[in-house]
Amino acid sequence: MSLSSTLSHLWPFPGGVKLAGHKTLTNHQPITTAHIARQLIIPLSQHIGQPAEPTVNVGDKVLKGQVLGYAHGPVSAPVHASGSGVVTAIEEHLVPHPSGLSALCIFIDTDGYEQWTERSPLLSSQQNISELSSEQIHEQIAKAGIVGLGGALYPSAVKLKTAEKMHTDTLIINAAECEPYITCDDVLMQKRPEEVILGILLIKKVVGAKQCLIGIEDNKTEAYQTLLKTISGYNTPHCDTQIEIVQVPTRYPAGGEKQLIQVLTGKEVPTQGLPMDIGIICHNITTAVAIYNAVYRDEPLISRIVTLTGGAIKQPQNMEVPVGTPIRDILNQAGLDETKIEKIIMGGPMMGFALPSIDIPITKATNCILVSEKGELASPPPAMPCIRCARCSDSCPMSLLPQQMYWYAKARDLEKVQDYNLFDCIECGCCSYSCPSNIPLVQYFRYAKTEIWDDELERNKANIARDRHEFREQRLEKAKAAKAEAARLRKEKLLKKKALDAKKAKDNAKDNTKGNAKDNDEKNQSDKHSSTDLIQEAIARAKAKKAQQQSQKKNTDNLSEAQQKQIDEVNERRRKRS
Amino acid sequence: MLGGILAFLALASFFGLVLGFAAVVFKVESNPVVNQIDALLPQTQCGQCSFAGCRPYAEAIAAGDAQINLCPPGGANLIQSLADLLDLEVLPVGEEEIFQGPIVAIIIEEICIGCTLCIQACPVDAILGAAKQMHTVIESECTGCELCVAPCPVDCIEMLPVKQTLKNWRWPEPQYNVNNKEADTIFTTLDQVLTENVRP
Repeated sequence: MSLSSTLSHLWPFPGGVKLAGHKTLTNHQPITTAHIARQLIIPLSQHIGQPAEPTVNVGDKVLKGQVLGYAHGPVSAPVHASGSGVVTAIEEHLVPHPSGLSALCIFIDTDGYEQWTERSPLLSSQQNISELSSEQIHEQIAKAGIVGLGGALYPSAVKLKTAEKMHTDTLIINAAECEPYITCDDVLMQKRPEEVILGILLIKKVVGAKQCLIGIEDNKTEAYQTLLKTISGYNTPHCDTQIEIVQVPTRYPAGGEKQLIQVLTGKEVPTQGLPMDIGIICHNITTAVAIYNAVYRDEPLISRIVTLTGGAIKQPQNMEVPVGTPIRDILNQAGLDETKIEKIIMGGPMMGFALPSIDIPITKATNCILVSEKGELASPPPAMPCIRCARCSDSCPMSLLPQQMYWYAKARDLEKVQDYNLFDCIECGCCSYSCPSNIPLVQYFRYAKTEIWDDELERNKANIARDRHEFREQRLEKAKAAKAEAARLRKEKLLKKKALDAKKAKDNAKDNTKGNAKDNDEKNQSDKHSSTDLIQEAIARAKAKKAQQQSQKKNTDNLSEAQQKQIDEVNERRRKRS
Repeated sequence: MLGGILAFLALASFFGLVLGFAAVVFKVESNPVVNQIDALLPQTQCGQCSFAGCRPYAEAIAAGDAQINLCPPGGANLIQSLADLLDLEVLPVGEEEIFQGPIVAIIIEEICIGCTLCIQACPVDAILGAAKQMHTVIESECTGCELCVAPCPVDCIEMLPVKQTLKNWRWPEPQYNVNNKEADTIFTTLDQVLTENVRP
């Protein structure tokens, strides 16, 4: 009882926009394979969390699938070599990121042999998944460096571990792919349906979900039919896969995690919460295939399907590309019409970002390279004042009030903008898209978010600085007190000694009065004499020492040339600064 | 008459007890305003405000002895939040107080002679080293106060801007390029519509 449309009805999500799909450019082409790049540039941070820690050195020979960096910290993922060759450098290089900044990458000069490391798959295609324990699958997912390929890039193993703990009963597979132009999930479902279904069954086993829903937009009929057929092949009278595939209306952003959950189940993810809070876990369809590859082929996540599309590409297509391949290489392979290029965007036109250069590597996150021709994705005309038409709030799929948030973000009132639930914004861009005044609303929200995070970081840093400063003050105080205490003790000791001496002298005097008075006088005199002598001697000693010190050589006498030069340099620097 | 007096006496002693109890249980150790101000200050302990550190400056502000615009690292944002907190007027950032972004101290290790003077100057113990051993700055703990620069006898400490990484990068503020001419026409038209159709 698991096939299509057993769901009695779907729920709508608020807002959203209808967009032109532009998907026919690529969704009927076969998946091509990228040529082996001469040089692979593999970023160590291709996931949310701590970057991986490099395990190889410059000059090392690496095999395809070999670990280049291990997961560092609780939220992290390893990275692997996507081709065999020699590590030529470990240094900073431009990475795909809206900032256009560089990050640490491992450079591999490929040898072209594509030699794999030793692989031992956990399962063969003849074996049943029930032969594996969920721990085994979980371990394999962590080892393979699999991250959420829908765009969040959260390490899948960490997510699954949390899901296990939170007793999730529903697994939702996101195959909506709602952004225009992108078709990599679509062709994956059309061409590799078995891998998709087996991957989903693996996730289902790990999570322990009773129910599994695949949400797919109704503009992908071919993929839908193929999957439907494949699922029925896996269903036997005794063994039901419990996978339902559901077509959802095509409306951007139906592929947003929270929107898809709402459409399929009618449940809303609580504000600033996770789907797991309502017993649901969501995974992307590409992640499922990556998990299939990890378990059935022992292949880590070292390649992915990338949609190459847009008016300036001669042969728009979906290409399987090893991670680390420079974008320039694959664009050349797909035929780039350089005269037509307007913008090069990574991701879709709604949520993607423009690339500063095409000498940037493909990462685990890259689902699409969109090279638009002139007029295809025109830059918006200059922004005009907000006229309070409320089209942004009508189109917001999270039911937020973008115009209010915009006022506060612009005034940098970061508290107020959070009162309007800024952090529930999924940055889908519907508000900017529907704004008749062309106000870059979503950019304001991104700006406000990073501003808030940064303030928080700064506050934490200030707190640490305060603690360290207070600790230092305390330490200095203590040291001062200890010094004072030591001085007091010394003084006390001295006084005691003096008192003792005085007492002794008194006793002596007493004795003497009993004995010979003459002797006593002599002794007293000699005492006096000896004390003046002692003082004289001490003065003489001090004088001698002083004289000796004066005649002694100083460390600035007889300098070598190098030393003199160094001193001159220092003096020069000091003079300049003052 | 007696009943009334007794009732008031009872009430007075009851409230007296409650207040006395509250004074002991909910006792505030230090001035909460000072703490609130101190929480807003950037804790660089740099002394650019002419006070010995952030807390003394907070105490001076609380006592009304200092202006709220003396802290360069805090910048305009700090002045704004202090003005909000204390219900004062926002003051302009002083000219010499303009802050050029976060900086961090770096010791040029070839030049360092290991004199420990900078270690003694550092207000947050962010410099590591010992006598006649090379010193180094723990970058993550450095507040960029520049207090270590002056005591260095060989001038081997440099202040550098904090490097931008993917971690500390922020989205830039969108450029709101209002095309004034167009905006003007829009508002004139709107105005006309309003005058013609709505306003009496």
